[in-house]
Order: sequence, then C-alpha cells, then structure tokens
Amino acid sequence: MIGANGAGKSTLLRTLAGLHQPAAGSIHFAGREITHLPTHARVALGIALVPEGRRLFPSLTLEENLLVGARRSSAWTVSRVMELFPWMGARRRQLTLNLSGGEQQGVAIGRALMAGPRVLLLDELSLGLAPAAVRRIYDLLPSLLAEGMAILLVEQDVTQALRVSDLAHCLLEGRITLSGRPRDLSPEQVEAAYFGLAARA
Amino acid sequence: MAWLNAVVQGILLGGLYALFACGLSLLFGVMRVVNLAHGDFAVLAAYLGLAVITGLHVPLLWSTLAVAPLFAVVGYLVQRLIIQRSLEVSPLTTLLVTFGLSVVLQNAMLEGFSANSHSLPSGWLAAGSFRLTPQLSIGHFSLIVFAAAVVVIVSLQLFLSRARLGRQIRATADDAEAASIAGTDVRHVFGIAAAIAFATVALAGLAFGGYSSFDPGAGTQRLIFAFEAVVIGGVGSLWGTLLGGVVLGVSQALGAQVDSGFGVLAGHLVFLAVLAIRPRGLLPGRVT
Amino acid sequence: MSVRVTRSRRPATWSGLASALVFVALLSLPYLVFANVTSLLVNLFILLVLATMWNLLAGYAGLVSVGQQAYLGLGAYTVLVLAQNGVNPFLAIPVAIAFCAVAALPISLLVFRLRNEYFAIGTWVVAEAFQLITVRFPQLGGGTGASLPGLGGFDPALRQAFTYWAALAVLAATLLAAYLLLRSRLGLDLTAIRDDEVGARSVGVQPARAKRIVYLIAAAGAGGAGALIIISQLNVQAASVFSVQWSAYMIFVAVIGGVGTDPGHDPLLQPPAVAGGARRLVPDHRRDGRGAGGDVRAAGPLGRDQRPLRPAPVSDRLLAAPTRLIAGGPAGPPASTRALNCRISTKTGCLQRCKWHELDKTPPVNVHCAGRSWG
Repeated sequence: MIGANGAGKSTLLRTLAGLHQPAAGSIHFAGREITHLPTHARVALGIALVPEGRRLFPSLTLEENLLVGARRSSAWTVSRVMELFPWMGARRRQLTLNLSGGEQQGVAIGRALMAGPRVLLLDELSLGLAPAAVRRIYDLLPSLLAEGMAILLVEQDVTQALRVSDLAHCLLEGRITLSGRPRDLSPEQVEAAYFGLAARA
Repeated sequence: MAWLNAVVQGILLGGLYALFACGLSLLFGVMRVVNLAHGDFAVLAAYLGLAVITGLHVPLLWSTLAVAPLFAVVGYLVQRLIIQRSLEVSPLTTLLVTFGLSVVLQNAMLEGFSANSHSLPSGWLAAGSFRLTPQLSIGHFSLIVFAAAVVVIVSLQLFLSRARLGRQIRATADDAEAASIAGTDVRHVFGIAAAIAFATVALAGLAFGGYSSFDPGAGTQRLIFAFEAVVIGGVGSLWGTLLGGVVLGVSQALGAQVDSGFGVLAGHLVFLAVLAIRPRGLLPGRVT
Repeated sequence: MSVRVTRSRRPATWSGLASALVFVALLSLPYLVFANVTSLLVNLFILLVLATMWNLLAGYAGLVSVGQQAYLGLGAYTVLVLAQNGVNPFLAIPVAIAFCAVAALPISLLVFRLRNEYFAIGTWVVAEAFQLITVRFPQLGGGTGASLPGLGGFDPALRQAFTYWAALAVLAATLLAAYLLLRSRLGLDLTAIRDDEVGARSVGVQPARAKRIVYLIAAAGAGGAGALIIISQLNVQAASVFSVQWSAYMIFVAVIGGVGTDPGHDPLLQPPAVAGGARRLVPDHRRDGRGAGGDVRAAGPLGRDQRPLRPAPVSDRLLAAPTRLIAGGPAGPPASTRALNCRISTKTGCLQRCKWHELDKTPPVNVHCAGRSWG
C-alpha cells in the first residue's frame, strides 16, 4: 500500500487493527465480519499490527516486550523470534530505550509475531531508520512470507515497497487510485497515481 | 526515650499509610487515575468489616478474607462501569467522577451508618504488645499492619515484575494502545489493576478501623495521607511509597510529640518541604 | 504590522447591556424583597463567584484545583483580623482579595511543581495545612471559630442590605474580570495553551506565566468569596470555611454550567437555572461542624424544616422594605398582615432565625429556623 502523506494509509491499517471505527462499510477477515471486534480480539484471530513509530513499552525489557505479545496458541516463542533476530539474545534484559531504531523495529516485529499472526500489518517500516537498517528489515520479509502469513505493508518509500510486494495499491485521499502487480506498473503510472496527476489531467 | 518511642510508633504508622498509598499509587501508575474516592472506599471497607465482625462473630483478621475479595470485585466493577467511561472522555472528567463518587459515598455512608464514629474490635491484638524497655513497646496490631504493608508491597512488586498479568499491566501503563495491538484486553487489565488496588484499599480500611475510630467523613484525610506518602516517596515506585509512608508517619509522630495538635500539620509541612526540595520524591522510580 | 483581533461580536454588546440592566435590577433588590431572599442570593452569589473562578482555573488554564478553599478561608480570616483591629469589615473585602492574590504567588511556586491530578491533591494539602495552622492561633478562635466584630452597630436590615450589595459587587467584579481576561491577550494565550501547549509555546506564549496569573486571579476571587462568607454569617469556623466541600460546590456549579465555557454566555449567568442548581447546593455544613454536635445528617434541599415562603403583596413589599431600611432601629412589621422577617443570630447554632411578625401581636412569635445557610 503506497501513497503520499495523508493519503490514509496508516488510517487504513489502524482501522483494520481495530484502533479506529470505520465511518462506513465493514471489515471481513477469514469469512467473518470483524467490524466491531475490539483490537485484542482481532489479534486473537490473527491480525497483528506493527504500528508506526514502533510503540515499544519503554519500562519493559526487550524480552518482556516480546512476551506481552505472546499467545498460547501461537507457534512463535521468544527463542524462535530470537533465531530470526540473532542479536537479541545477548540484549534480552535491556530496556528497549537503549536500542537503535532498526533494532527497535525488530522488537516491534517480533512482538507482533509472538501473537502468531495470519496477517501482519506493517506500518511505515522505513520511517526514521538508516538505509542499512531499512535494508536489513526488508530482507527479513521473504522469510516471514515463507512462514505462510500474509503481509500488508504500508510504505511511503515506493521503490522499497514495490521491490518486495506481490500486489501494490496506491492510495490517494482515502481512495485506491491504482492497483496491480508491481512488474505490470510503469513508473509513470505509479507517479501519476501517487500524486493524483491522472485526476487532474 | 519519648522521642525514640515517637519514631518507632511513627514508623509503624507509616506502614498503615503505605498500605493506604499503594492502591492509589497503582491506579495512578497504570491508568493515570487519581481516585479521589480512595479514602472513602477504605472507610466503606471498615464499615463492611464491622458488619462482618459483629454479624458473623469472627475476629478482625478473618474479616479481611471476606472484605478484601469483595472489594476486588467492587474495584473491577467500579473501573469497568464508571471510571473506564470517564477515561474515554478526558482526565478532567475522571477526576470529577471520582470526586463525585467520593461525595456520594460519604453521604451514602452518612445515611446508612449515621455520623457516629465506630471502631473495629481487634480483640487481643489491640491490647497485646511487645515491651522492649519500660518506655518503649510495640503493639501487636501495629506490627501486624506494618508487616501486612511490607507483604503487600513485596507481593505487588513480584506480581508486576514476574506474572504475565503483571507484565500486561506494566505494558498497558506504558502505552495502552500499543498493549491492545499486542493482544492485551486493556479494559480487562485496567479492571484487574483496579481490583488489586481495591483489595489493598480494603486491607488499609480494616487496618485503619482497628487502629482508630472512623466515621463517614474520615476518608478525606486518609486520601490526603495516602497521597502524601506517594509523593514523598516518589511517584511510580512502590518501595518509595513505603518510605514515603514511614517519613509521613514519623513526621506526624514527632510533630505530635512537640505538641499534640501539631502532628498532622507537621506531616503536611514535611510533604510541602519535600515538594519544594525534591519534587520527584525521595525514591523517584520509573513509572510502574 | 499589527493585527486587530476582535473577540466580541455585536450580540455580546447587547448581552452586555442586558447584563447591566440585570445588574441594576439586582442592585435595587433590597428595597423590593425581604432579607431572607437577599441572604439566599448572597449565598448564591458566593457560589457563582467560586464557580466562575474555578471554571477559569480548570476550564481555561487546565489547573484542576480542589484546594481553592485555602483562599476562601484566607479571605475570611483576613477580614476577621482586620475587623479585630478596627477596620470596617466591608472595607476589608478588597484587602482580603488583594492579600489572597499575593499569598497565592509563593503557594503557586510550590504546587505548580505538581502536574494534573497531583496538582489537584497538592492544592488540597495546602488548604488542609492552612486550616491546621489557623486553628493554632487562639486569637483566631482556634478550632471553635470566632465571631466577626465591627458590625454590631449596624441595623440588621441595613447590614443585610450592605452584605447583599457587597456580594453583588464581588460577583460583578468577578464576572467582569473573567470576561475581560478571556478577551485579553492572556485569554488568547490560554485558549492556545488549552488547544496545543507545545504549539502555543512555539509562538511565544509562556504557559507557566499565563497559568500563574490565572491562579492568582482565582485565588483573589476565592478570597473575595471567603470575605463575603464571614460577613454574611458573622462568624467563621476553620473546619467549615476550609472544608473541601466548597470545592465540591464550585465544581458542581461549574460542571452544571459547562466547564470551559465563557462567562459571557455562560448558563451560570441565568439566575433561574442556577437558582435551582444552587439551591440544591446551598451547603449544609452540619456534618463538617464537628464541634457543633447534635444530629449530624445531610439535609435535603434547603434543609428539612424549611417553611414555604409566603410573599407579601408587591405593593407592600415596595413600601415596607425601604421604610425598614431608612427608619433604622428594630425592624417594624411590614404592612401586610403577616410577613417573614429574618435576622441573623450568632449565638444559636442556627444562623438564620426567622420570626413571623403579626400585626396585631407583639412581641413577634419565634418560629422554626428557616433552613440553615452557611453553618
């Protein structure tokens, strides 16, 4: 899901996660209507959000941050998350405040994974991260997809997003202006949809 | 020797204040709610304790087994049905709602129990004491209350740091929305925190009833003492709360030693002095 | 470049005119109605002063205080001390107001260290400390309270009229101050702070300074109300005047009126609506008067033993009240066959002692206490 600032990408994700109520319409997940389900119940169904700005718990250690996300039914455990992020092992008792932005993003993803999601909602993964850290995080996505979960990625960084996704939607002022597989979309098409040029012409 | 006695009694009294304060501290730490009806709920617990003790003919200690769980349920319901709704409006509303709750409780107790003061019959506990020297003795009851305060604080601390629910409480205190994203039922967690806080309020109320006589208006001052203990000790630290309670208790006992009418005022003055010199309290903790 | 910001619209001018008319009407009330009505209004005015100030404090400056009774008591005791030293209590009112504003400055340095909810209880502790300090001075009456000297020479009816006018003046000053404040630069600053404190700071607003000014003004207002309380009930008791119950009343009145609403179009200004609310709120301090003894229960609206007032014909009231005022001396019975006349007694526990004057019967028959006001 790509789109300019204020296109409504984060709002869409937050609505899917249950943090906002939709003004109209309904949300269905795995054949079930979940429009009025509270956030935590959606997590139990398998919808996990990695929020913009990571939103870790500052007074909890790294491991505790992961454990808050844990569910009994989930196949993910702290040790499995730590296999994915090997650096975590040595720093499990540290407060997340002292971690770098990329590391914090890793913890946020790990916390969402602990719930054993069927769909992972990733909001602005690259925001505020160094390019190297962005690359490391994005290199992770294929292995998550290989686990069988779906990922809905919201990203302002179009190149990065198109590189990893199977299906791209461009959002403009709350409406989808362009959809398609990234390889079928020309840069001009994307640019027009992104900035709303087509509408103006 | 009289001064030493005052210090010892003050420390023990501090245990009672700490017991009062940890519920307040917990609710504020988790939900940012200062429950202005805190003291009134404690007085209500004392009245319930009185009903249990006289109705079932059980000693004071056993009455806690009935009153504390009942209060946990009351706390959960008050949180889910009253405070939660106000939290979703604004912090000002919450303050006003708990203030209104305080007024309602006081008047309801006035109607129900009259303005006469009561005290809880604490039986052998009230009379018994350890006589250390001819001038210095420690009452059984005040020692039990102090021990109860320490036990409550230690177990709260352990619960918050070790238990899954305790971790969820801390996470929710940090960032309620993020906690809900991580699958925590925030309202339920708030309710649990309130239930725990109210159970400690019940203990504090019963201890207070055993210590001294109470009447429907007694809650106001309890709230203020609890609040002072929290601020003196440092917001967000349970051990700080115990220390704050002890400092307050000792200040009051020493003040009363100077002049019998000076005790409570001395406590207030120490509180204001701490506020002026160390506004974050003696043991400022990270927010629980 | 200067930008002119107009915050009053034309309707405000009209409502200003209407307010002035209401003010004049209220001013003439002691000539039209009996003292029992004006003394009820004095209580109402005190509540309105407190509520307006609390609204300013909490609704605009975001300072939720439950300790304004500190200044209420300070104002009352300032009047007491001045009166004990020979100052006319009515002249002591402005002094009490100014003194409270001055005293609020050092207090604000202390309590402003606390944020939000903690500020609320911090201010409360200050009020408690004030009370405990006050009762330590025997010359202030200690815990049992003291009577206000200096008003003995007044005819009771005249004194009640003066009390009423003083209360009206304080109320008018309060409303005017609140109105002007909110239309001043400071009012703009406060609105900006309330909407977005960081944003306000970035355009040069100093939140701490703005809030402190409001705090001082609110303290002054509460001090004025306290001065009115001691003058209207002729005595003061620390446990009562420093009671947190006052905060309950100011909060309730302000909340009924709408917190954060402008006194310019505040429901508080509509007397009929408030009269109902305030009547319910006329404090019954029996349960705070711990020393008073007796049956300590919360009373219903206006006290349980209130007799219905039977108004005399208007023409009689028009004639009688001024005559009473001008004639001086013991109030003569008005021209109706029966009329209710009240005077204030400091001796009995009951503050308002009311007598039915019967034209054909002298001396007057003593009847029930018509609801205790500020006990």
